[in-house]
Amino acid sequence: MVSSKKERSVDPAAQEILGIAAQESQQVAYDRYEAMQPQCGYGQLGICCHNCNMGPCRVDPFGDGPQEGICGASADVIVARNLARRSAVGSAAHSDHGRDIVHLLLSTARGESQGYSIKGVVKLRKLAREWGIGIEDATSAQLAEKVAEAALAEFGKQEGELRFVERAPQKVRERWEQMGVTPGGVDRDIVGVLHSTNMGGSNEALHLLRNCVRAGLADGWGGSMIATELSDILLGEPQPLVSEANLGVLKEDHVNILVHGHEPGLSDALVTASQSPKVLAACEKAGAKGLQLAGICCTANEILMRHGVPIAGNFLHQEFALVTGAVEMMVVDIQCIFPALKDLARHYHTKVVSTSPKAHFEGFQHIEFDESRALDSAEEILLAGVENFANRDPEKVHIPSDKSPLVAGFTTESIFDHLGGRYRPSYRPLNNGIMEGRLRGVVGVVGCNTVKQCQDEGHLEMVKELLRHDVLIVQTGCSAIACGKAGLLMPEAADLYAGRGLKEICDAVGLPPCLHLGSCVDNSRILTACIEICREGGLGEDFADLPVAGAAPEWMSDKAIAIGFYVVGSGVFTVTGDPLPVLGSPMVKEYLTDGMEKDFGAKFAFESDPVKAAHLIIDHLDSKREALHLDSMMYEPRPVETVGQPLQLEAAEAVAAG
Amino acid sequence: MSREVMSAVIRGARGFVREAEEALQAALEAKGPEQEVGFPGTAFYLPMACALMGVEAKKVKDLEAIVEHCKSLVGMEPTEKMWLPYLGRGLDGGVAALLAQEVTCAIRYLNEEKIEAEHTGFISDAILRELGIQLVDGRMPGFAAILGPAPTNKIAVDTVRELQQRSILAFLLCNTDGRSMYDQLVEEGVEMGWNTYIVPVGRDTTSAIYVLNWAMRGALTFGGHKKGDYESCLRYCRERIFAFGLTFGPIPDDWYAVGAGAIVMGFPVISDHASTPEVRPTGVTTYEALIRETDHSKLVPRAIEVRGVKVKVEEIDIPVAYAAAFEGERVRREDMQTQYGGKYSNAVEFLRSRESDEVEDGRVEVIGPDLDEASPDVSLDLGILIEVAGRKMRPDFEGILERQLHRYLNNAMGVMHIAQRDQLWLRVSKDACEAGFRLKHLGTILHAKFLEEYGGIVDKVQVTVYTEADKVAQLLQEAGPAFDARDARVRGMTDESVDTFYSCTICQSYAPNHVCVITPERLGLCGAYNWLDGQASHEINPTGPNQPIKKGQPIDPKRGEWKGVNDFVYAHSNRATEQFSAYSLMENPMTSCGCFEVIVAILPECNGVIGVSREYQGETPIGMPFSTLAGSVGGGAQTPGFVGVGRLYLSSRKFVSAEGGLPRLVWLPKELKEAIRPQLEARAKEMGFENFVDKIADETIATDSDGVMAFLEKVEHPAFTLDPLM
Repeated sequence: MVSSKKERSVDPAAQEILGIAAQESQQVAYDRYEAMQPQCGYGQLGICCHNCNMGPCRVDPFGDGPQEGICGASADVIVARNLARRSAVGSAAHSDHGRDIVHLLLSTARGESQGYSIKGVVKLRKLAREWGIGIEDATSAQLAEKVAEAALAEFGKQEGELRFVERAPQKVRERWEQMGVTPGGVDRDIVGVLHSTNMGGSNEALHLLRNCVRAGLADGWGGSMIATELSDILLGEPQPLVSEANLGVLKEDHVNILVHGHEPGLSDALVTASQSPKVLAACEKAGAKGLQLAGICCTANEILMRHGVPIAGNFLHQEFALVTGAVEMMVVDIQCIFPALKDLARHYHTKVVSTSPKAHFEGFQHIEFDESRALDSAEEILLAGVENFANRDPEKVHIPSDKSPLVAGFTTESIFDHLGGRYRPSYRPLNNGIMEGRLRGVVGVVGCNTVKQCQDEGHLEMVKELLRHDVLIVQTGCSAIACGKAGLLMPEAADLYAGRGLKEICDAVGLPPCLHLGSCVDNSRILTACIEICREGGLGEDFADLPVAGAAPEWMSDKAIAIGFYVVGSGVFTVTGDPLPVLGSPMVKEYLTDGMEKDFGAKFAFESDPVKAAHLIIDHLDSKREALHLDSMMYEPRPVETVGQPLQLEAAEAVAAG
Repeated sequence: MSREVMSAVIRGARGFVREAEEALQAALEAKGPEQEVGFPGTAFYLPMACALMGVEAKKVKDLEAIVEHCKSLVGMEPTEKMWLPYLGRGLDGGVAALLAQEVTCAIRYLNEEKIEAEHTGFISDAILRELGIQLVDGRMPGFAAILGPAPTNKIAVDTVRELQQRSILAFLLCNTDGRSMYDQLVEEGVEMGWNTYIVPVGRDTTSAIYVLNWAMRGALTFGGHKKGDYESCLRYCRERIFAFGLTFGPIPDDWYAVGAGAIVMGFPVISDHASTPEVRPTGVTTYEALIRETDHSKLVPRAIEVRGVKVKVEEIDIPVAYAAAFEGERVRREDMQTQYGGKYSNAVEFLRSRESDEVEDGRVEVIGPDLDEASPDVSLDLGILIEVAGRKMRPDFEGILERQLHRYLNNAMGVMHIAQRDQLWLRVSKDACEAGFRLKHLGTILHAKFLEEYGGIVDKVQVTVYTEADKVAQLLQEAGPAFDARDARVRGMTDESVDTFYSCTICQSYAPNHVCVITPERLGLCGAYNWLDGQASHEINPTGPNQPIKKGQPIDPKRGEWKGVNDFVYAHSNRATEQFSAYSLMENPMTSCGCFEVIVAILPECNGVIGVSREYQGETPIGMPFSTLAGSVGGGAQTPGFVGVGRLYLSSRKFVSAEGGLPRLVWLPKELKEAIRPQLEARAKEMGFENFVDKIADETIATDSDGVMAFLEKVEHPAFTLDPLM
């Protein structure tokens, strides 16, 4: 059975492209998903184990067949062990990304990279101070070298705790201590967790589940936080800026080059190189009006928030973009990249270039990124893309017109400035907004897209329901892009979607109701923002006290599992759309969605209906508000029938006032 | 919506910055970069720049950095669509506006531009100190900056009266088409000035800086925050200075810019105009930042609510308004219904303690013709007898309580009370009389206030008001010996005759390490508390700021050092002051909070000391005006050679007695010298010096040490006969 394009995506550009792909008999992920049906039930339930060569084993969920593996592992152990592995893999992915950033900062500090400079000097000095690295008379480069060395040591740390653990509220740290999950070294924790999943290793489900948290924390308070902080130091702290999102950003008369993946190192150099006279001259010579650089997935988020480079789309758009027939080149780095791109690339004229030593693909051209000659190689890559313009088949070009303007580029640090300016930097207005009942709370809606759900629908429906209930949304990754494409990152969206209290805050500050905080490693910004909310005071001393929550309505990657565990493990309630693959063990499911709260201050919930999920969150926020004895909400939720219509408050008030 | 507000702010700020830039350019060309620049009567240079940027701007060239900073603060206006966050930019614009206004105004002073008649222009540190005490003791709960004229004169008058009633200081600013609220109040014959709490500052918007840089000095002075520590200074303003803006009419861009600056300081703005968008979310200000209230009768109450001003509305049942704001109000002859006393007739006020069964609480009796029965042209006799009873009441409290009449009665609108005891001079205005005010209301006020403020010692109060000449004469006869006895008791008291002194730590709210030690012969440095007051205050509030200090073992009687006092001071100064000498200027002198009436400072060349009073703004022989001296003396630190004192201490037997006492005094401002001449003369005579006061130099003789020296040699000032000071 082939699903309709409307069942596949709510995005009109995606729907248009899906029609074209079908006409041109090109396969996309949805087609392969349908061909894959029925998917393996054991895998879905998490009860298949192939951790040793006596297996694979699987436990019969109906109770008729084997109830344990050959080694005797129960369903609980198998489910928890599989989950721990996946959490470790997700953590490894983010952390290895972070490591690359550290290397790039280090080589830049040592003058060994090309085209980079240390742009986030304020943040560099702040972090150096935090880490007790002397700053007397040190140049930025000297300081950056020391900071990078210290950051690198966090990965291989064999004793003690990660430096960023000190940032966490005392109560959170105490819980970690009690549970034995305080992150001690990024690589050490990941290796430790992986080790525990080896055949005959840890065979207690609860211990393995704590290891899920441990791996996650090494990501959130380690690899990801290092990635975010050092990206800001090297590439500059993002500032709010205006850009656009969706396939409509591609230009028919331009050379279109896309970047896709996660690491900002190469793509930042591509942005610089895209301005080079040589590249522009080549475009002209090729008969193009210019070069349009645009992004897919988190690489897109990185160069969006630092340079305003537009976004072509989120995860599933990687294929749709090629179907436009107008993409000369797609440059990929790491993570979330479909090997299937090679087939579309063959049908259209697109060159797909892999660049990371960590990710090679059959059928892609590989040009390895070398930071010592980053600008030169960026230029070479772009020139190859420009050259490919000649191969474009105008017959096959179909660029949907859909695109939406957006504002992106918020950070934990810049919120101080937005709320108080240079002289009154403060989170007070945000905390006050929550305490007085203008804001119900703050929720991070993040994560991927998945073919198992109608693309973006989970994100958009949940976000709109939350906005209507005066919840301020913070976003990263493909969820942020989903909202960007749908116009929810526009400041005007406050008028169309937000409840009255949230709208008042947005109006006062000039904020969109959904704040784009960056890529998926930038979920660490949500942790640091929670730290600032706690520090500002009035909403409790523990993440578990705050009226905040997390959600990943369309998650698919192992990275999402790691993120889920560090968010919940830090005390923040989190809802996923599809359940985690644990339903084969009632005990594990029970722990994650209930028992975990006692140990970690928060728990998971699984709810695939985004509106129902939003109400789980709203109930949670209300219960936290009640526990804090906060004022009741100032206004009723926005009526559902007014969603999408401008709120006629001022006019109504003017009439009332005569 | 606030985007429009922030756009207006940024446009307004850009205008102020341009104005400052042009003024600075002109000043650089006309006067040169080295030309000195500053405001009169302040130790804080350009106070806003000093607090926010840490800049001590002394010369024209120093202003360049301020203007450059302003330019960097003024960002782009938010766009019509797809705007970026604008609150931070708008607040920055507000700061830029304030800093730029300050530069412009400093150059106005440099160019000697005239301040308009009856307007203050820059407000000096002296006024800050004076009113600061009222802010500290709660007599003045806050202040309002009023921008523009009200729609009608009546609304203007009603608004300021409402503020006055709550003792809220009103600064008048800004005009609309040339007309400001000042003009309206002049037309309505409303008395303005510091005394009445209605203070015209300037007609233009730029003058708003005078109000805000005055407020900012509160953070530097009372808060003790360091220059450049903008976060602490601004937090202090928000948390401690209860100010707000009231705007009339549609708000133009330049008002918005100033308003944003005020909001950065935590001061909300309340507009009377329907066109004003609101900024309700809180956090920059304590409550809402910008609010609309189109009903003028609700304007002031709304402002008070939004600013969170704590107003204790006096619930005194009299037909005229009652508040500290009316304390300084004069009743002019042509407005007067009746007057009593002064040089025109006999009048006396007398408070005495009675046994409990002799006093009927709340009884007020008027014996003789009342206000309305008297001819306005005649001065009548008046006697006010207050009889109080209380288990803790003692005869030695009588004088303290009696002295409160001046404040209590003056606070009634239309009542003017001058002097005390048998010198009393009282006037009541026609307006008050028409409103129904009668002599019995004097009793109503006194009864209510004594119980409110001195309820700890006074249980019952009854008041009898006499206007019949023979009854007044009788009361005078009764009171005379009591007054004499009281004086004798106070005069007779010496430090040696008591074993207990009193502390005063009221000012620790802004000078956390300062402890005043009040002895019978050394009153508090603010001049407001003497030893008996300390004692009474302690009786009234045993856990309050006035605590008994047992002198304990003497360590050095000449210097005035006792073990008990040392221990107390050490414990109550946050362990900052280990040793304390009551009578020495040079060794471990008393610390100073900042409220001192006079600074005594060593003039080594003349082997003597000078006294500089707060009111005196000129130069002094030690090369520093009062304001600069105050900066180095205050804040709770011991500064040998410098000490803040009360005026009356200069004539005390214990005045710097460790260093030789009064003969050390070589220079005083003329005003101070004349004001306390009799007491100084008496003390000098006691020490065997004739015509001593004439040997003290003043500013009409010299304001440099050489000139003072020459004079002292000519008159053979005794300071030269004393041991070397250093």
